[in-house]
Amino acid sequence: MEVQLGHYLALASIIFGIGAIGFLTRRNVLIQLMSIELMLNSVNLTLLAFNRWASSDHAGQMFAFFVIAVAAAEAAVGLAIVVGFFRLHHTVHTDQANTLKH
Amino acid sequence: MSIAAISFFFVCGAVAIASALITVTQNNPIRAAFSLLAHIIALAGLFIGLQGHFLAVIQLIIYAGVVVVLFIFTIMYIGPVPKPESAGRPSFAKLFSIAGMVVVTGAVTYAALGYSPALKGLNTCPEAVAECGQFGGVEAFSAALFRGGVVPFELISILLTVAVVGAIMVARGRLIYREKPRRKKQELSIENNR
Repeated sequence: MEVQLGHYLALASIIFGIGAIGFLTRRNVLIQLMSIELMLNSVNLTLLAFNRWASSDHAGQMFAFFVIAVAAAEAAVGLAIVVGFFRLHHTVHTDQANTLKH
Repeated sequence: MSIAAISFFFVCGAVAIASALITVTQNNPIRAAFSLLAHIIALAGLFIGLQGHFLAVIQLIIYAGVVVVLFIFTIMYIGPVPKPESAGRPSFAKLFSIAGMVVVTGAVTYAALGYSPALKGLNTCPEAVAECGQFGGVEAFSAALFRGGVVPFELISILLTVAVVGAIMVARGRLIYREKPRRKKQELSIENNR
């Protein structure tokens, strides 16, 4: 038995599903941001796996590099929004984020 | 492929899935953040197994060293918050989203497991190219990055600068103080004393 490309893709799909379920069901905004990180990480795993099996260049690894950079920027801005939201409502519960509704 | 590589894949994959599950199910955000750290380290191990040595190091530095620490700083800053009241019964939307994602993920996983193309050997670049290191190492990756991705690389630096400035502007929160000076007088005094 060998580790095939399909195994990596299945693992990445499971991690993406866990992240998506966490993002959809949790109401704590910090956990939701962590779920987004899980999803981005699983996509990075997919990119590296494809690049390992189509290894004529480094295109997949370059994409994963840019995804990591964008994820860092996203985490910075997202956590700043969390801090601002907490200042406004004194909670991290996303159901309280209804200022635009009223 | 040796037994060691196969068991390395399965151990890293099991740790990644287990810590991802703990991350999304944990109620304590600090525990979730540390579980995310374990997940990231397991993924870095998987990257090494995929010949992405440089990206494994980048993953450890950026995610484990920056993003998780930023999460923990934010959790520490916010402190313990009271649990919301309506945490009792799961709503229909919650159950529906769980069921839908389980079905979709199961279908994709089942389809992916049967996909097994042959693994070709790693590319060996021609003798004339000077900076030809190991596939996925720093030399080969940076040569590829600065040949084919210079413009996105520079744009990423602009994006990061804009993100940092935007994060400072959002987190400083001067607009809140200016717009609601009367209504939240009690809370404002607490805020200013912090």
